[in-house]
Amino acid sequence: MLPPYASLPEKLWYYGFRVFCGLVLLFLVLPVLVIIPLSFNSDSILMYPMSGFSLRWYEEFFYSEVWTHALKNSLIVSPFATLLAMALGTPAAIGLTRIDFPGKALLMAVLISPMVVPVVIVGVATYLVFAPIGLSGSYLGLIMVHAALGVPFVVTTVCATLQGFDYNLVRAATSLGASPLTAFFRVTLPLVAPGVISGGLFAFGTSFDEVVVTLFLAGPQQTTLPRQMFAGIRENISPTIAAVATILTVISVLMLLTLEWLRGRNERLRTAVAE
Amino acid sequence: MSEPIAETAAVPLKRLLQRAERMKKLRYGALIAPLAVFLLLTFLWPIAALLLKSVDNPEVAAALPQTVHQLSGWPGKELPHEGAYAALVSDLSLGKGSKTLAEAAKRLNMEEPGLRSLLMNTARKLPLASDAGPRESLVAMDERWGELCTWQLIARNASQKTDYYLLAALDLTRDASGEISRGEQGDSVFTEIFGRTIWMSFVVTVYCLLLGFPLAYLLASLSKRSSNLLMVFVLLPFWTSILVRVAAWIVLLQQGGLINHVLIALGITDEPLQLVFNRVGVYVAMVHILLPFMVLPLYSVMKGISPTYMRAAMSLGCPPFKSFWKVYFPMTVPGIAAGGLLVFILSMGYYITPALLGSPKEQMVSYFVAFYTNETTNWGMAAALSALLLAATLLLYVVYNRLVGSATNGAPQR
Repeated sequence: MLPPYASLPEKLWYYGFRVFCGLVLLFLVLPVLVIIPLSFNSDSILMYPMSGFSLRWYEEFFYSEVWTHALKNSLIVSPFATLLAMALGTPAAIGLTRIDFPGKALLMAVLISPMVVPVVIVGVATYLVFAPIGLSGSYLGLIMVHAALGVPFVVTTVCATLQGFDYNLVRAATSLGASPLTAFFRVTLPLVAPGVISGGLFAFGTSFDEVVVTLFLAGPQQTTLPRQMFAGIRENISPTIAAVATILTVISVLMLLTLEWLRGRNERLRTAVAE
Repeated sequence: MSEPIAETAAVPLKRLLQRAERMKKLRYGALIAPLAVFLLLTFLWPIAALLLKSVDNPEVAAALPQTVHQLSGWPGKELPHEGAYAALVSDLSLGKGSKTLAEAAKRLNMEEPGLRSLLMNTARKLPLASDAGPRESLVAMDERWGELCTWQLIARNASQKTDYYLLAALDLTRDASGEISRGEQGDSVFTEIFGRTIWMSFVVTVYCLLLGFPLAYLLASLSKRSSNLLMVFVLLPFWTSILVRVAAWIVLLQQGGLINHVLIALGITDEPLQLVFNRVGVYVAMVHILLPFMVLPLYSVMKGISPTYMRAAMSLGCPPFKSFWKVYFPMTVPGIAAGGLLVFILSMGYYITPALLGSPKEQMVSYFVAFYTNETTNWGMAAALSALLLAATLLLYVVYNRLVGSATNGAPQR
């Protein structure tokens, strides 16, 4: 990159710039990496240097009623919220890319708005409306609002996938006698699946990390993992928190890898078609 | 389908096409409808209901119906007639000990401290013992019943709608005569909170730009292989739970944490610095959380800028820095605007990070919305603050949407 005839200031600038960017990258990953070793610390103080290796904090997590209950709730709420967001978002994205009508831009902005409206407002507002009809302190209410928060990701990613979609394929299927439903499940869906899945991953990530709406809407029965972590950090930050953080980080890495793999596959398919 | 061709030809082609087009619209519209209805029920309706709460004022009219009726048409220049006093006595004796009366008392107390006890005590002392008129007895019981402003306050809150909460959220009040003015004792609580929210969001945005711009530039100028690798560094924290990152920053920034160790080892400071549970901690964590939202739009804009422009400028004799500033930088402005607005909008609504990493002096508007909902159950105040926060957010969102073009590009995707 740097030509051999570069002058000293140019070299300084070049390396200085790289060092700066390296520090920024360090700033980004260091906190995520620093907490993982501490979860294996045998000491109960969350500080370096570590005193010894131990799995006791994981044991504490898996034997604690409170934490396992929270984990179970998260594993109920997030998958259902994700499925709901995918089921509602995918058809809507197909509809939105296929037709034009006055106010479409406005509708699109409304569909995306759960992403930008401050979550506290969503939490307080849904609590206000859901409490009198018995939907606060229920799994259903929490799943519905989490799905609403995740749906914009599904709509945008599926819309983006559909940008290069050839509708002649659907026409061909229908002309060969497929019903619209068959054409959707056999032709459209397999082709937009990467978009649906990555949108779903975003929706899952949103729900799995959601605290604020849960704070307002969930009863003690519906306490999720982030909600329990919020309480834990607030009261007294213990190594169990570090253990939970490590587990959550492993899950995020898995999601990130899936997403990268999907993206790579999608790109390969695209280039294959283009050639 | 099975119609004979001759018959179809009789219908003008234009109309047939229109019909087909309409069918298509209906069919695809039906695909959008479920989501639209779902969001209407779980998102738009609750928010609309919350916003309405900011002007809702049912308490006084519900607790003192006869008084309110007597006071309608009262000019408010002098004390009301005997009938209003009699109505008040009747309302108070009917509502004695009820929740409705307690709520009305609480509501009036917000505007004039002391009115809660006045109303509750008066109700407790009823029925009137003496044979004197209700006016005379009430004034004898508490002289505030003989003051014009007490009655003006009740009359002002007779209506089902009020602008009290919205004005209060802007540190404004209506005085006895109904004129809008700044609060008396130099109250600037909410102006300060909104100012703090905007200022903190601005600082976070600037830091994100200062750190994110060089990083995005590096990522855009590297080969695809290495930029993909480094992108993982940006995306990993992006996907990590916010609570994990908050916990990590507490561990790093605490008195005996790694950062303080390094600072002491480098000789920058002699004793551990207070880096968390104050403004520093909140800034560091917020920049960390929001930096990917700046880097990703910047990266996608920079990726689209051909390096030949810079090379052309330099080959024509423009020095490197000047060609960067005059040629490259202007082309990145859309990315800066998009990333900056996104970071700013998201920071404005932050709640978790300041709540866990800040002192009371770092709490932003969201915290007070939650505070009024949870601690004092003052829906009016929570709703008014929400309304103002939402208005600011949506205004910026509209600008963002215009800028980015279609909303489709707004998703944090690569």
